[in-house]
Amino acid sequence: MNEVLSGMNVNLSYPAITTERVNRFVLCTSGDSVKVYSTRTEEWLHSLQGHTNQVTGIALNPANHLQVYSCSADGTVKLWDFIDGILIKTFIIGYPLFAIYVSEKHEGIVFLHIAMDTDSKKEGFQLVAVHLPKSAEQEVEAKELSAVSSHISPNPSCTAFGREGQYIAFARNLQLNVYFFRKQKTYSFSLKATDKKGAKNAFTCIACHPTDDCIATGHEDGKIRLWRNFIHKKEYTYSTQHWHHNAVNTLCFTPEGTNLLSGGIESVLVQWQYGTGNRKEFLPRLGGSILHVSASSDGQLFCTSHSDNKITVIESSFKVCGVIQGLVKGDAVLTDLMIDPRSKALVLNGKPGHLQFYSLLRDKHLYNLDIVQQEYIYEAGLDQFEVVKAAFDIKGYWLATVEERGQKSADLEFFLKLWSYDERTQSFVLNTTITAAHTDRIISMCFSSSEETTMLVTIAEDGQFKAWCQGVDADTKQDQNFWSCDFVGSYHNLKPTNCSFSADSSLLAVSFQEVITIWSPDTWELLTTLCQPPGVIRDLCFGRLSCSKYLISTTTRNLLCCWNLLTCALEWSTSVEVSKLQSDPLSENVAAFSYQSKHTDLFVFKPNEPRPLFTHKNVCSEKIHRAVFVPREEPLNNCDESSQWLNRSQLYFLTQNMDLLTFSTATEEDRMLSSSTRLVIDDSVAVTPFYLLLGKHRQQQQKLNTPSHQAADRPQQPQGSVTITELLHTPAHVLPPASVLCSMFVSSLLISNTGVLQDPLRKEMESSEQEMNSEKEEEDSEGEMEACDSQQELRVQGSVDEVTPKLSKAQERELKRVRKTDFSWMAGLIASKP
Amino acid sequence: MGEFKVHRVRFFDYMPSGIRALAFNRDIERIAVARMDGSVEVFHCSDRFFQEKIIPGREQCGIEGLSWVGERLFSAGLNGGITEYDLTNQKVKYTVDAYGGPIWTIAGNQQGTHLAVGCEDGTVKLFEVNEDKIQFERNLDRQKSRIISLSWHPSGSKIAAGMMDMIQIFNVETGHSVHRLLADRGVGTSRSKECVVWSVVYLSDGTIISGDSVGMVKLWDDQTGTLIKSHNVTKCDVLALSVSQNEDSLVAGTSEGTVVQFQFISMVLGKDDKEWVRTRTFKNHTHDIRAVAEITTAVVSGGMDAQLVVRPLLDKVEVRSAASALRKIHFPHRRLVSCARKSGLMLFQYPGHLELWRLGESEGKGEDDIHLFVKRNPEKLLHLKVKGEDHIRCSAVSPCGEWIVYSTASSLRLYRLHCDNNNVSITKVLQISTELSANQLCFSSDSSHLFSASTQSSVHLVSLSQSGCKFVGTLKPKSGERTIGIRESSKIIPASEDGKWLASANSDHEVHIYNLQTRKAHCTVPVYSSAVTAMGIHPTTNCLFMMYADQQMCEYSIEQKQYTDWSRMVQRKGLHRFWMERDTPCLNVMFNPQHPSHVILHDTYMLCIIDQSLPLPDDKTQFYNQLTLKSLPEEQRKSHSHAFKVCKTFKDILCVELMSDQSLVVVERPLEDVASQLPAPIKQKKFAT
Repeated sequence: MNEVLSGMNVNLSYPAITTERVNRFVLCTSGDSVKVYSTRTEEWLHSLQGHTNQVTGIALNPANHLQVYSCSADGTVKLWDFIDGILIKTFIIGYPLFAIYVSEKHEGIVFLHIAMDTDSKKEGFQLVAVHLPKSAEQEVEAKELSAVSSHISPNPSCTAFGREGQYIAFARNLQLNVYFFRKQKTYSFSLKATDKKGAKNAFTCIACHPTDDCIATGHEDGKIRLWRNFIHKKEYTYSTQHWHHNAVNTLCFTPEGTNLLSGGIESVLVQWQYGTGNRKEFLPRLGGSILHVSASSDGQLFCTSHSDNKITVIESSFKVCGVIQGLVKGDAVLTDLMIDPRSKALVLNGKPGHLQFYSLLRDKHLYNLDIVQQEYIYEAGLDQFEVVKAAFDIKGYWLATVEERGQKSADLEFFLKLWSYDERTQSFVLNTTITAAHTDRIISMCFSSSEETTMLVTIAEDGQFKAWCQGVDADTKQDQNFWSCDFVGSYHNLKPTNCSFSADSSLLAVSFQEVITIWSPDTWELLTTLCQPPGVIRDLCFGRLSCSKYLISTTTRNLLCCWNLLTCALEWSTSVEVSKLQSDPLSENVAAFSYQSKHTDLFVFKPNEPRPLFTHKNVCSEKIHRAVFVPREEPLNNCDESSQWLNRSQLYFLTQNMDLLTFSTATEEDRMLSSSTRLVIDDSVAVTPFYLLLGKHRQQQQKLNTPSHQAADRPQQPQGSVTITELLHTPAHVLPPASVLCSMFVSSLLISNTGVLQDPLRKEMESSEQEMNSEKEEEDSEGEMEACDSQQELRVQGSVDEVTPKLSKAQERELKRVRKTDFSWMAGLIASKP
Repeated sequence: MGEFKVHRVRFFDYMPSGIRALAFNRDIERIAVARMDGSVEVFHCSDRFFQEKIIPGREQCGIEGLSWVGERLFSAGLNGGITEYDLTNQKVKYTVDAYGGPIWTIAGNQQGTHLAVGCEDGTVKLFEVNEDKIQFERNLDRQKSRIISLSWHPSGSKIAAGMMDMIQIFNVETGHSVHRLLADRGVGTSRSKECVVWSVVYLSDGTIISGDSVGMVKLWDDQTGTLIKSHNVTKCDVLALSVSQNEDSLVAGTSEGTVVQFQFISMVLGKDDKEWVRTRTFKNHTHDIRAVAEITTAVVSGGMDAQLVVRPLLDKVEVRSAASALRKIHFPHRRLVSCARKSGLMLFQYPGHLELWRLGESEGKGEDDIHLFVKRNPEKLLHLKVKGEDHIRCSAVSPCGEWIVYSTASSLRLYRLHCDNNNVSITKVLQISTELSANQLCFSSDSSHLFSASTQSSVHLVSLSQSGCKFVGTLKPKSGERTIGIRESSKIIPASEDGKWLASANSDHEVHIYNLQTRKAHCTVPVYSSAVTAMGIHPTTNCLFMMYADQQMCEYSIEQKQYTDWSRMVQRKGLHRFWMERDTPCLNVMFNPQHPSHVILHDTYMLCIIDQSLPLPDDKTQFYNQLTLKSLPEEQRKSHSHAFKVCKTFKDILCVELMSDQSLVVVERPLEDVASQLPAPIKQKKFAT
């Protein structure tokens, strides 16, 4: 059993666009692998896996356009064939690497950022040139390092190669350095930190013009400077452009050098026409702030990577032609992880002010639901509305959200919104907005889990909990029913900390500091109080199924308590620091994440016994606050004791640096491996599902058309099932036209049948089909087209089914006609004849 | 340092006039500035941009262009005439009518033989520059629309002329048009509007650069007549262009108030194929830039906001120093206010009129920095309009307040003021015609004599009395060694308190001292490389205290005919760095009779009292040390104090005068007030507004 990264993390380094006749790929780093995407279909093709630590940079091999270098913090540079996903070579450098640069003029040399030897401070970085030794071995140690410069910026954007690789420009803070390889001389130019007008001149990124000696630099205050004449100490000159209002994150010249692309927090891609000063074009509203821009080597495509885990592919005509979206990453996930009961999608904070729906099955972003419904302003330091809480009811018909503004300042603004699912539009529609639900911040909320009446309970820092019901408005008598407050409860003016409904919604537990109060939602009667000091209650959850008589709570003082609600007594308790308690809705299991001594452990237990069912030490090194059980579509039948708890549902959890992790069983691992190997194809054509479908079909047909292979082909017939699964699992937008698919689909089915069936059966089928055919022919002429189609299919089938002595179409039709013809006159004739 | 009651005067509504044209002369390092009111000023570029000469304008005389031919300065304007200036005597020499309607532009060729003017009627007229006059030579092919701008090819064989919607290239030999370059009208709404080619520059390699009203700087090839490249510089007009002498840098002034620099740079380092690339942008103006000039080490620009901005090009400057700092010149480097010290009157000089004000009175004595209650408001006594079309060149009011004198280019007028209670009346006493018109006027301290600095470094004396006035005589410098050559006209003439001595300085940097009793030249102060900006004769010691444009100071003992010991000490020890880095010249030197060792100086930004009895500061000591001194106990102050006491309470000072009742008059003209009276600038969308 082990962890699998889910959701890509694409924005760490520059994406690289490749060009290869028709098929284009986007490569991006993602954790310890490099992911390859198709720009046409936006599909993830495969990953280049092999690094053992974070991949920090990729660079296309200038000598071979089918190869890519990647460098990683594990101290190796690997050369890949990215089309087939084959690791060609590994160069062991021995130091953690932070960025890679290559140049056409420097064959066999890569330039790397490595940390300075001073272990204490992580600030010093060095730019080194590494000669890659030429040897046939898979794994080579490259020890020939020569330092180009020490004290360079840790930001990889601050280094760039100049025209024809003659010089390399790198900037750090306020100094720009240009190192000429031939002269072995460095020219440096510095700027003042600020001026009277409040400029902030620190360098943030660099790009060099491909044919002219011109260096573009981006600055903290949004200025772009174009430096020229930089071989003169004094007569160097620069021109300044200013459009960005915050730091320029990235700069990139197009390969012809006609345009300069820049991007920043504004999430607007700006295209500056080179040499004409002010002329610029904008591509606004791209999503999160732009972190990197890169252009393909033929200049046809640009792509930008964004802070919200997205890659946008842009045509040279400045139109977005593709979006590769991973799990949207905001600044923080404020809502819990939730599962939309309808779509089974994972729901959490997405774009600012939105909730995102993410399909875990396909590892794909579905859509964003706009909650705040206000334009988000991309500027640092603004206080804007953010979704902080969200909850689904059990059927997925209602969604409750809380949005907040002014967390930092004293005047807090928040809204409680209730959304109903609209079957017609297949999305959530705002039903009720409650402006002053509470007088202070809402801490938590939950829907009742009963099927009949839907009720929402919110608890807030003002010491109250409120129950909200969908009331019938007597005055208006409208069809729509809005939500209103049903009950306000409090307990000794204590501040509530959490709330939870029991599985059958007959009980509501609200914790007030150290006290748990149990309420009956029908009568709003305080049934009982449970108290087990010390420590404020942090989490509450009811047991499920056979354990529904139990209530589990965690406190801030490292206590996990299990109460028996029948006896109202403490069943058991244990001392463990629990940061997140999550119960599985489909089983009795409860998962507890415990953060101790700088790493997180996972315990899975059933409330009826104080022993853990499953323990996983050192899940990750960060505290875990968000976790969710995702019900499986079909339960696994796993007998392995350690993974039995995963049979009904899967556990997903979110680390603090926004990696979504899950547990998977051994069988799943195998399946994943097999699916990835399936994609390996020995052709230079891109491996898209589309290709798989068509390509295989074409191969089959080719084989079938050659009579010499007939015998060999026959045993392979059961492949039809693969075709079907591929057909069903391929996204609709990459499928070939239905007319092509239909015949293939049918033929694949038929082949399998004919291969297996016995002769008599087959004949029966044939005859029945023929009857069908004849019926169709008897219908009016409109049906003719269809009939034609089915006849074609028959012909395909016939060509496959070589064994049976086969009549040609014309002959068949003739036969039918003959059969149908009224031969009564003949009888007469016979009768008349003596 | 001493305490003063200060009259803070802010009712002098002086409005500097907008700058219309600039012309730079490399040989003599002078830059000539023409203003909207028709006045022409000459600045000395290597002497910290000291305003050496001012030639006042006339009514209805707008200058459109300026051009140097050798050391001669010509201007042309919308009145249709070409004017040559007599720079030695700071006046108009003559005006020749071009008979082509209003003239929009004037350009002299580099050879110094011809002047070309572009006229409203579409002709380019060539004038031959003779020894003492210019002579019409011929017209080039007449065009349909007015000629807005002109530029000679450095060889003098071709002229490029900017017009409406096009540029014409003329062959000077034949006078025919060689090429017609059509300038695009702008896109969008301005397509219906004509494109005005405001400025052209003809480079020696045959490139023509034009700036037009569409906001483009375009580069043309004169052989083929084709457009090479165009740069969109602004949304509004590009009004002015100027190229550096070695033709590797070009500046363009726009109506947004920005100066855009282009440089001729090789795109690939180490190769020769160069291109004009837009590089830097300077934004120092708020209004239209009407004129730019690229001088060797700086870019000079001027426009509607009436300030002359000198932006140094640091890549051309050898050593960074105070002389190579950004400077903005707002006010003239001479005094426009004169005070009657004994009677509390002030005379404000405007281009077309004079105003006489009586200072207000206050009661009581206050502590430091306390505003006293004004008992009597200042009142305007007199508004005196100038007779004739000429603008006032200089004016003065006598210390007793009885006499007012002013001079224009053509005449000098003396008035007597009668002031009984509320009735103010004046009578004209004297009118002297052209020959005696003064560059500077000054009364003796007992108001008995009027001194008028005139041409050829001479000073005329007029004695004044109740009965009338009488021309007494002329003081002339000793004509010993310098008999040949024209003397520059005198400028600054302070007379000593006891009426014995008179000193005059001219723009040749010479300072002459005259004995008034014998009416003979007494001696000459050794000539210093920088111009004198202010001087004064000490009332008791009779030492002449001089301030120079490079911020140096000298004290010269008249009686002993040598520099004083203090002056020598100053020269030996050098002045403090902060003192040398100030960028406006000192405009007045005063002495406090109660503290003979004190010298009071002021420039535009500060008021300074030099205590000659205290030690001089060196570079290590704190220069602005008043606050530190205040915090120190009494006994330690002495060891920390030095000779310079600087007061920065007042800003944008036009004049400071010490009245006889020990009160100071500080005339301020806040720049915000000037800016608020300017016409509205071009509206621009600014980010985050």
